[in-house]
Amino acid sequence: MTETMTRNDTRALDGFLQSFKSLEPTWSRNGQRWLQPVRRAAMARLAEIGFPTVHDEDWRFTNLAPIVTTAFQPAAEAAASVDAGSLTPFAFAGCDCTRLVFLNGRFAPGLSTSPLLPAGVRAGSLAQTLADDRVALEPHLARHEDFQQEAFSALNTAFLTDGAFVSVPRGTVVEQPIHILYVTLPGDGPVATHPRTLVVTGDDSQVSVVEDFVSLGDGTHLSNAVTELVVGDGSVVGHYLIQRESRQAFHVSTLRGQQGRSSSLTSHTVLMGGALTRRNIHPVLAGEGAECLINGLFMANGRQHMDNYMKVEHASPHCASRQVYKGILDGQSHGVFHGRIIVHKDAQKTDAKQTNMNLLLSEDAQIDTKPQLEIYADDVKCTHGATVGQIDDEAIFYLRSRGIPEASARALLLYAFAGDMLQRMKVEPIRRHLERLVSQWVPQGNLLEGVR
Amino acid sequence: MLEIKNLHAKINGREILKGVDLTVRAGEVHSIMGPNGSGKSTLAQVLAGRESYEITHGEVLYRGKNLLEMSPEERACEGVFLAFQYPVEIPGVNNTYFLKAAVNAIRKYHGQEELDAMDFLALMKNKMKLLDMDEGLLNRSVNEGFSGGEKKRNEIFHMAVLQPTLAILDETDSGLDIDAMKIVANGVNALRSPDRAMLVVTHYQRLLNYIVPDFVHVLVDGRIVRSGGKELALELEEQGYVGIEAEATQLTKV
Repeated sequence: MTETMTRNDTRALDGFLQSFKSLEPTWSRNGQRWLQPVRRAAMARLAEIGFPTVHDEDWRFTNLAPIVTTAFQPAAEAAASVDAGSLTPFAFAGCDCTRLVFLNGRFAPGLSTSPLLPAGVRAGSLAQTLADDRVALEPHLARHEDFQQEAFSALNTAFLTDGAFVSVPRGTVVEQPIHILYVTLPGDGPVATHPRTLVVTGDDSQVSVVEDFVSLGDGTHLSNAVTELVVGDGSVVGHYLIQRESRQAFHVSTLRGQQGRSSSLTSHTVLMGGALTRRNIHPVLAGEGAECLINGLFMANGRQHMDNYMKVEHASPHCASRQVYKGILDGQSHGVFHGRIIVHKDAQKTDAKQTNMNLLLSEDAQIDTKPQLEIYADDVKCTHGATVGQIDDEAIFYLRSRGIPEASARALLLYAFAGDMLQRMKVEPIRRHLERLVSQWVPQGNLLEGVR
Repeated sequence: MLEIKNLHAKINGREILKGVDLTVRAGEVHSIMGPNGSGKSTLAQVLAGRESYEITHGEVLYRGKNLLEMSPEERACEGVFLAFQYPVEIPGVNNTYFLKAAVNAIRKYHGQEELDAMDFLALMKNKMKLLDMDEGLLNRSVNEGFSGGEKKRNEIFHMAVLQPTLAILDETDSGLDIDAMKIVANGVNALRSPDRAMLVVTHYQRLLNYIVPDFVHVLVDGRIVRSGGKELALELEEQGYVGIEAEATQLTKV
């Protein structure tokens, strides 16, 4: 009954169609005319397929009713109302990194910082690049993420106007991470942003990019983000996503990786915020010998819903992929791990592993974990495993028997479970920042002071 | 120091301890021996405060205080230490951090200032030498990937750092080769002192060649059926538990 109502409820879709109609003429004035056919096609496709329901296999565990039944307005311009100080808590201490700040989806140069980058490295606004140098974008923008199949990607593409553009020339190493801060200031009614990120790395280059989603203030909002990450042959790329938006935020984001020969992509996802989050990771190992390491930590309490969807596509021989996801679920929260691995016919000698470990801290917390292997090659190694459990009583007793109070023992064990994912992060200032966030999240995490 | 009176304990409805009486004075080393399933480990765990056991009768006084009313961490802070038969692996918790948290929790309990990193490191280094520990083990997660011998050595290392008043060693010898056993025994012997007592739970007499007890007790079917000096252990070694078990059955029937 509810489901039928959701399917027929077009409030969100109608709202987006209306916004599209009113915004479209302004975009064509802004020197972005070449994108117009793409946007229109994307909007038309979304109108055609609509938003997914739990009857779609890929959305089985996530009821989108809260999003689908909400009429979102485009988030208003907000540059004037934010001062640099309010963004300080989000900065990574001890990191002289490039920071690109976006307010309600628009680049805010006044709040962004850009130390000297190696020659030829670009890190800035996609809107600006669309106006100045479309040649740099055309081969990649909206070429990798398939909006024909994915409703939210179609939506993002229909409203594609701004976001971050990072490009690293061949053979260049960018030492400091590039921090992209997507800030939403909710309005009086529900608002939506559609940030688009494009990262292109030349052959044999190296860079780390952080996408960090935050809200300033309360109010319903939707962040619907798409990132296309083109990893050149032999390149080493780190990608971080931090979801720490407000408890009234909806968040749908997709990382679409396109990996060249012998390239290495390491993706870290940390989900802590939001009411309903759907995180898609979709790397395509297109070049021979490429590898991708996909790490995730999701921590939910209250009534939060966090859905992690992986689609790892092995398209060439000798590629390796590793998925390691850990979930901690408290209260009445609901976590999902859906790990798809697709091994194409020619992808012989594929080595794919998937692990999902979950801790349930309460009776009412829930986890759905689902591996899905689709193997069309005959010489491959694919393994998967999932665990769901509680904090180990033996371990608690062991710690207590050494004098550590029970509450501290619990905090310590929880932190250790999550900390394992943080240890995998190579960029130290980011890791330290997240260690602090995680210890603040852990119940009685203050007891960890001096221990962790 | 420790007075156990008519202690009964059960788990999952099954009675394991059926009236244990034992008195341990400061400076003494007592060995509890007995066949498998006699309740040795249960006694050790109950004394450390394992909550899955239900105490149905009896009392335990530790330095005049009711031990059974204390939480496991309170017992630890009051100086009770259990070296586990099966030390728990705790992935992600660094051995050093863990011990520092333990030392400082105990110091805090006694109103002492917490040790700073430097003092703590000095303490660790000192105790590590005692047990011939590889420094690498300190930076690893607690017991994770340790060999059986490394785990047992780590337990005694914890004991050396925490300096308990009453140390309970639960089958610390099981799974140790002779070299490891000597090291562990040396570590234990170094801690023997007039104001400290030890309860050494073991299945085999072997360990008692190195840790020589003042008293030996034989636990059979949840009760101490014989007590004696160190020579009792040797007698058991020769005759096995069979004779004593038969005696115990006789006693029960009478």
